[in-house]
Amino acid sequence: MKSEYKIITNIIEKNSRVLDVGCNDGTLMEFLKTTKNVDIRGIEISKEKVQICISKGLTVIEGNAEFDLKQFPNNSFDYVVLGQTLQAFISPEIVIKELLRVGKKAIVTIPNFGHWKVRLNLLVKGTMPITNSLPNNWYNTPNIHMCTIKDFVKFSKIINFKIFKSLALINRNVSNINSSNLFFKNLFGELGIFLIEK
Amino acid sequence: MNIKENIKKLIIEKPLKLDCGQTINHFPLAYETYGSLNENKDNAILVFHALTGDQFVTGINPITKKDGWWSYAVGPNKSIDTNKYFVICANVIGGCMGSFGPSHEDPKTKKIYGIDFPVITINDMVNAQINLLDFFKINKLFAVIGGSMGGMQVLQFISNFPDKAKTAIPIACTSSHSAQNIAFNELGRQAIAADHNWLDGKYNLKNTVPDKGLAVARMAAHITYLSKKGLQEKFGRKLQERDDLKFGFDADFQIESYLRYQGSVFVDRFDANSYLYITRAMDYFDLVKQFNGNLSNAFKNTKAKFFIISFTSDWLYPTQENKDIVIALNAIGANVGFVEIESDKGHDSFLLEVPDFLKALKNFLDKSYDEK
Repeated sequence: MKSEYKIITNIIEKNSRVLDVGCNDGTLMEFLKTTKNVDIRGIEISKEKVQICISKGLTVIEGNAEFDLKQFPNNSFDYVVLGQTLQAFISPEIVIKELLRVGKKAIVTIPNFGHWKVRLNLLVKGTMPITNSLPNNWYNTPNIHMCTIKDFVKFSKIINFKIFKSLALINRNVSNINSSNLFFKNLFGELGIFLIEK
Repeated sequence: MNIKENIKKLIIEKPLKLDCGQTINHFPLAYETYGSLNENKDNAILVFHALTGDQFVTGINPITKKDGWWSYAVGPNKSIDTNKYFVICANVIGGCMGSFGPSHEDPKTKKIYGIDFPVITINDMVNAQINLLDFFKINKLFAVIGGSMGGMQVLQFISNFPDKAKTAIPIACTSSHSAQNIAFNELGRQAIAADHNWLDGKYNLKNTVPDKGLAVARMAAHITYLSKKGLQEKFGRKLQERDDLKFGFDADFQIESYLRYQGSVFVDRFDANSYLYITRAMDYFDLVKQFNGNLSNAFKNTKAKFFIISFTSDWLYPTQENKDIVIALNAIGANVGFVEIESDKGHDSFLLEVPDFLKALKNFLDKSYDEK
């Protein structure tokens, strides 16, 4: 089980209604179902992944979050989860707004482009960074809108949403991010995990 | 017709008020079953057939002596596993495989109905079939499943009887027949009516059949069930048992020969008037209008778990029309899954060996059954 999934699961309350956007092979969905007894739905763009979810008995819709979230009514879920895919959308702004329309709360995780290894990679090599969590070349990466933990915090002020909880994942350890440690968390955090609300 | 006397039939005594205003009673509903009903009576699946299907879902059809229309999907260890589930399928009313239809005798006039048979709707079809539940003493079906017109019956069934099925699988269908769908059906009907043997539907009296018209109707419809790519790959411009064009109007091309064959075998097993009635039922199907423009309202009383399946190359009931059903269900927070299966076999994909489809169907059913 990925540490990220454990952190997300800890945030989500029991018996709530959850939508997993970009639910992949349904690992998180299954985990949430068994540990938190949630009523959970998923959206996934890949036909193969949808098939895997069906084989696990999960309720998943094949679709593209950028266009297909609009079918859900306002506040139809307690939580909407978006794991490490915000950077892949054409318009992250529209997606965030849609997440917060459909869900009362949203949990967004972002691979941190401000991590020291990424920075060093670019500084030393002078080419676009390739790391374990960002394995693609610049020309074939699906990640067209990379951001840092600090960028995401700034983003909340620009498009006006509230960050309720912000966590950084460093070597499988999770810690809180606040205004005084933001510089360090942005340098050492591999992943930022945010619980947000309108 | 003698051979059809061995078909299982339920005689429905309860009056059924049809959408056209007429009421029918004491009418036959022909059906077939596969597998066995368990003690809890919770493993029953009602399968709805499409336009030219019948109750003989799988195995050898006793009338046509050919494989049942859904042999790929239904049978022991198949997607709809008859070792596990009790499968029921009825011939739709208006049909020609034993259920009450236009080739039956009108008890009042003692003549074959022909086009004096009342116009049937999808709603009438499912209202007739609900009687099967009483007959088998099944309180709640495990699943209702169907493709194409069978999918329309799934939607109508759930709308009419929201607590009578645990799961619903409408495949390659629509909630409202489009202008294009109606246009193709009208082409078929006009082909039948243009056959001089049709005799305003009274061909039975003269012991003749409008087989040419019905064959043309089938040929035209058959094209709509395939995709351009599928046709091109299978037939291309290949010639039929000849080395060169013959500069005439025989079937030079394999595709011509194939369509003529499809038309000719169809007339042996299908009644022309039934074709008129069933295509009409499809054209009249508009669940959106029935619920005043809001499809969600059709499903607002159901807790059924839906699984909707479409096919990439189906241009007759395209993915978007299937997705509209998904959208309507999501709008009311219903439990709905959806997948579009990659296939170049067109609308017919649901009847053919399409592994991704058969796998999804099996997984969904088996997992949902285990969930109880």
